[in-house]
Amino acid sequence: MNEMNTATLEFEKKISAKAAKISGSEALLLCLIAEGVDTIFGYPGGAIMPIYDALYKYKDRLTHILTRHEQGAVHAAQGMARVTGKVGVCFATSGPGATNLITGIADAQIDSTPLVCITGQVPSHLLGTDAFQETDVMGISMPITKWNYQVTKAEEIPFALARAFYIASTGRPGPVLIDITKDAQFAEFDFEYQKCERIRSYHPYPELSLDKLKEAAQIINDAKKPFILVGQGVQLSGAEQELIQFAEKTGIPMASTLLGLSAVPTNHPLYVGYLGMHGNYGPNIKTNECDVLIAIGMRFDDRVTGDLKLYARQAKVIHIEIDPSEIDKNVKATVAINTDAKAALKGLISMVDQGNHAAWIAEFHACDVIENDKVIQAETFPDSGEIKMAEVIRRISELTSGEAILVTDVGQHQMVANRYYKFQKTLSCITSGGLGTMGFALPAAMGAKTGRPDRTVIAVIGDGGFQMTIQELGTIRQSNIGVKILILNNNFLGMVRQWQQLFFEKRYSFTELDNPDFQLITQGYRIPTQKVSNREYLDKALEDWLSTDGPALLEVVVEQEENVFPMVPSGASVSDIRLE
Amino acid sequence: MNEEDENLKVREFTLSVLTEDKSGLLNLLTIIFTRRNLNISSLNVSNSEVRGVSRFTIVTQTSKDMVGKVVKQIRKLVDVLGAFVYEEDQIFYQEIALYKVPTQAFLEGNRIEDLVRNSGARILVIEKDHIIIEKTGHSNETHELYKKLEPFGLLEFVRSGRVAISKSKRKTEAYIKELEASESNKLSIKDF
Ligand SMILES: Cc1ncc(C[n+]2csc(CCOP(=O)(O)OP(=O)(O)O)c2C)c(N)n1
Repeated sequence: MNEMNTATLEFEKKISAKAAKISGSEALLLCLIAEGVDTIFGYPGGAIMPIYDALYKYKDRLTHILTRHEQGAVHAAQGMARVTGKVGVCFATSGPGATNLITGIADAQIDSTPLVCITGQVPSHLLGTDAFQETDVMGISMPITKWNYQVTKAEEIPFALARAFYIASTGRPGPVLIDITKDAQFAEFDFEYQKCERIRSYHPYPELSLDKLKEAAQIINDAKKPFILVGQGVQLSGAEQELIQFAEKTGIPMASTLLGLSAVPTNHPLYVGYLGMHGNYGPNIKTNECDVLIAIGMRFDDRVTGDLKLYARQAKVIHIEIDPSEIDKNVKATVAINTDAKAALKGLISMVDQGNHAAWIAEFHACDVIENDKVIQAETFPDSGEIKMAEVIRRISELTSGEAILVTDVGQHQMVANRYYKFQKTLSCITSGGLGTMGFALPAAMGAKTGRPDRTVIAVIGDGGFQMTIQELGTIRQSNIGVKILILNNNFLGMVRQWQQLFFEKRYSFTELDNPDFQLITQGYRIPTQKVSNREYLDKALEDWLSTDGPALLEVVVEQEENVFPMVPSGASVSDIRLE
Repeated sequence: MNEEDENLKVREFTLSVLTEDKSGLLNLLTIIFTRRNLNISSLNVSNSEVRGVSRFTIVTQTSKDMVGKVVKQIRKLVDVLGAFVYEEDQIFYQEIALYKVPTQAFLEGNRIEDLVRNSGARILVIEKDHIIIEKTGHSNETHELYKKLEPFGLLEFVRSGRVAISKSKRKTEAYIKELEASESNKLSIKDF
């Protein structure tokens, strides 16, 4: 019997045997193993030391990746969760460790990412006393977690962890925080673990209504200009195949939200592009011309809808959405199908007629021609001047055949990267959508690469956002995480500068950056790095970078005052999308 | 009034929220109101007729449109068993008020005693220096008595949150049994 099997057996003995007295810390790790966790991102400190001590013993069963900041740990867990569809796990100590997680937890909450965050807490007898490194992390995290729970007795650990994983991963996924007092980590108890399968007050999968499905199918069958909006829910429910089957049967064009990107290969004949503020021209314009809008697993965020009063008022809206609180929140649904996207699409496929909307789709293509002439051609194939972000992304897309996982930070480069990367595989667009968290990409890419070591993972980052979590280069080096880091350096907080140019009469108030030498910094972290500012050398630099074994950074100096277009100015109607 | 205007008109709603008896729920509930900058005008927590189940009664002034969104976000909380919205005509409700007046005022004639009797209030306690009066009713009624007692030098006044019982026939016990049996705990994808 090999070592692994012995270990598994021993573990199974532990989780089934009634009389296995172990510490709360060890119990926690056994719970994680029982839930299929293999990797934890974290950072130690006083209040979580017993758990780290137990981790030492479980080194061969659980990989722990030491980040350089707790924000890095939570974003890495997010990245891992988003590419694998599994629950991401991170550890932090009490007080400052816990508060450093907050941005990532808020990000996971708004972008529906399943996480279990474990924080250490001061011993239970010191709770509420302003003890050293005591923060009310329960209170702070309440508005930004799907559920949180404070464990003050070791016996509660199996219960809390079983619930945590069930809640984080079911229905609309989200982050859960479990705060464990230090005495509960030390105390010993009889460990037994049982997965959670039901909580009477929690109903993650509302029952599919056949009547609603039929009603929706009727509307779809009668539609002249139907239009599918693809949200992240499609990937979260694993409904990519069903979506394509549904679209192909009905012949309905589909466009994607930012988080919905990569669910449908960009070269699919029915795929017409990307929605929202910096989305494609056709999908925005046609939203206000379609007669039926079929929104799948999306929440009509204001970056997608612009002015709600002028959004798709002419259309009947079919809203397929698992979270009942999203239905009628922003856009009133004509028919709401409150269930999992995959379950709903399976039903719809059997009820809809074979269809063809060639003339309607041609209208999208006519828009594409306009967008191409006014924007895309000049952005992706410039023949003079400084390097443009779009041409870099276009080239990377070609070099990777659109098969990489693209992790983007927040700003102009994010919009450009997601506009021009030609995604071919699902679960490949990892970005901070709802929260727009600068500093997300580098750590999230570490998590993505750890979750999918078989795939090329590219982090696209601006020179501003890079400096928010730049220290994670240390993690990348220490754990040898083979991410390919692209810095698009425009020496500005570009997206803010663009708004200042367009809406604040070019008053560039605190958006210009006096940057350090990113080459020296990266070299300091012993990561291969190159810088390119001349178009002539771009191709070679990209090829070298992508073919490097292990992590590598490429800094591309791009045009300083470039603007991202098209653009729906904030608060305007999607019809008022500007091409220049 | 058209439907849209009706939905946006601000009026009073009473929410009845059934939850597991756990700490932190009050905080979780109020966050949903404060996030949307909504004011809670009255709040009461008690146990319900089912063991281990608490009932929050929350009164708020807002639009039907808004209360609909709020109640859905309340239902989303993991430890919330159910949340129901009522308008004035769908519930019976009461509040209780206590008034402390100086005993001296009673010694100066029958006016206070008449007042108490005529307004359906009752005297709870008589002490040497003060008397405590209790009245149950809607807030306008308890307020009316307040106004009348004010000239006698009210020493203390307190009014409870609203407690409400719906006119619906739903039984909490049965409702919870249904939740317990529901199949919505796991994903089932039917083949069509
Ligand atoms: C944590 C955080 N702070 C501030 C912002 C506001 N913000 C949005 S985009 C942006 C500029 C980003 O600059 P950079 O990273 O250089 O990317 P670029 O837009 O130039 O591509 C800022 C400051 C944010 N999204 N996140």
